Amino acid sequence: MATPAPLENEQVQTFQKLNTTLHPRKNSTSVIDVFSSNKLAVGSVLILMLVFAFAFLGPLIYHSDQASTNLALENLPPSSRHILGTSPTGKDELGRLMVGGQSTLEVGLAVGLLSTTFGLVWGTIAGYIGGAVDALMMRIVDAMLSIPFLFFVVLLAAIVTPTVPLIIFVISAVSWLSTARLVRGETLKIKTYDYVIAAKGFGSNNRHLIKRHISPNVLGTLIVNGTLKVADAILIFASLGYLGLGVAPPATNWGTILAAGVNNIFNGYWWQLWPAAVLIILTVLSVNVLGDAVRDVFERRLARR
Amino acid sequence: MGGYLLRRTIQALVTMLAVSVVVFIVLHLLPGGLVRAQLGSKATPLAVHVLEKQEGLLRPLPIQYWIWLTNTVSGNLGFAYKLNQPVSSLIGEYVPRTFMLVGISMLLAVSIAIPVGLWQGSRRNRVDDHVLSSFMLVLYSMPTFLLGVVLIVVLNLWLPVFPSTASDYGTNLTVDIRDLALPILTLTLANVTYFSRYMRSSVIDNLLEDYVKTAKAKGASKGRVLIKHVLRNSLNSTVTLVGLTLPYTVSGSLIVESIFDFPGAGLLFWNSAQTRDFQVLLGVVLVISAATVLGNLLADILYGVVDPRVRSK
Repeated sequence: MATPAPLENEQVQTFQKLNTTLHPRKNSTSVIDVFSSNKLAVGSVLILMLVFAFAFLGPLIYHSDQASTNLALENLPPSSRHILGTSPTGKDELGRLMVGGQSTLEVGLAVGLLSTTFGLVWGTIAGYIGGAVDALMMRIVDAMLSIPFLFFVVLLAAIVTPTVPLIIFVISAVSWLSTARLVRGETLKIKTYDYVIAAKGFGSNNRHLIKRHISPNVLGTLIVNGTLKVADAILIFASLGYLGLGVAPPATNWGTILAAGVNNIFNGYWWQLWPAAVLIILTVLSVNVLGDAVRDVFERRLARR
Repeated sequence: MGGYLLRRTIQALVTMLAVSVVVFIVLHLLPGGLVRAQLGSKATPLAVHVLEKQEGLLRPLPIQYWIWLTNTVSGNLGFAYKLNQPVSSLIGEYVPRTFMLVGISMLLAVSIAIPVGLWQGSRRNRVDDHVLSSFMLVLYSMPTFLLGVVLIVVLNLWLPVFPSTASDYGTNLTVDIRDLALPILTLTLANVTYFSRYMRSSVIDNLLEDYVKTAKAKGASKGRVLIKHVLRNSLNSTVTLVGLTLPYTVSGSLIVESIFDFPGAGLLFWNSAQTRDFQVLLGVVLVISAATVLGNLLADILYGVVDPRVRSK
């Protein structure tokens, strides 16, 4: 499609200028203001920073042997040598939680990013084009959504040996679906807004419309959704670890550590169970609280406009 | 209502067809195909070729799909090589137990979540609302298996009320209800958090609507407004939510069944994943998904019954 004629371009600019004078956007400090007034949200950010530091910086300070299996050291209670005791294979639990945290956080973030991106693209295209294309694209999403996802993931994990990139791919393969649905709904709504119709009337092409007008307006919903996807991915990854489909040793994740603790639950080896449990709950809880806080920020900004 | 029913039924059928295509594609994504999975990685090329020919795997894919689909529809889901029996008879034995588990849990979850959500929504931002919300959020942030483990620790290890395993279920003729308590409780709690959060915000939204003001202005008591007006309107969206969360709950049953050794579709599936019995895996995925689509359809029809506006859309 050809570029809009100069006159039309000018009109667009005037329209945009008028729009900004009529509805002055709050500058970015207000977002931080709204956010920092929410003590829970600030607390959850702090906790998440601590968890990240624990997983990625912790091993630099606290050295432990995570490579070799030492049967003489298995299931030792906490002591000065092993602050949180040892695992069923004789590895230092605290060090193991750090290593396991790395893969857990990596999977969470990567799935959040990947599924959000893919869901955004899929949902926008379906919602924007509409008609038969939309129907086909959404039926595919419906079909995949009706497959109980854990069965699907276990099936895929049974076919191939799980590695971190693969698990990211597998969880993303089920995680993008609801995002796509959400984005499509938003796109359908935004498509009918006056300014989009106006921009269309001024001769904006599809790409410009999607990039300038539709995507930015889905952003708020998308960020909240992406945050919750991170939490979901951590939970699914943990469940996979419990089902014995986590990453192969010596790599580990919190779910796998927890699963080992569960096996020893009747032996009273509490150090193999509760630290991992607390870490998972704390991380997922913080991400969820953060998501809710971000939603509040966007909703308040919308209400103020 | 007729047109709405027909439209939704056709949609469900199309969805089921799409599910079958997805499963069929996965079947052919298997490294080396089903034959390799069946004969092992050390099979000679000749043996592989013979079996491929015998199973019709050398024909064009669309024809294979058609044969597989007609077989599936007529109830032939293949043969479980590791368990040495037809997949359909395995499914007939294990899947109904999962339906029971999921069904009871969903019912319990809804009947707990609706009053809790109504209570919280009507007492928004009071202390009791905050306490309940925090409790629900902690439950919500737990992996299902951890929830099950916590329940085992509390209700079996500390207070020996319920057994920690349901493995006797299905083998004994007399069923001890207490065996099922923990699996059902785990799955119920996992859903209550989700439903009550939703119900709460739905109630809050509805309380701001004009019809509530009208009802109050006409002198209706707070209780009457809640029960007669807000509850009904909030129920609508919760019913759809039940349909939408069905796949998640069925997923949860996979976890719950493996924690408590409950002999349902989830445990069958998990054991088959360990032994790589792919015919069972695909059969279970197909049946479970079809059941989920059906459950969704039922929820939508129910939604149409509850809310007349939906039918005309």
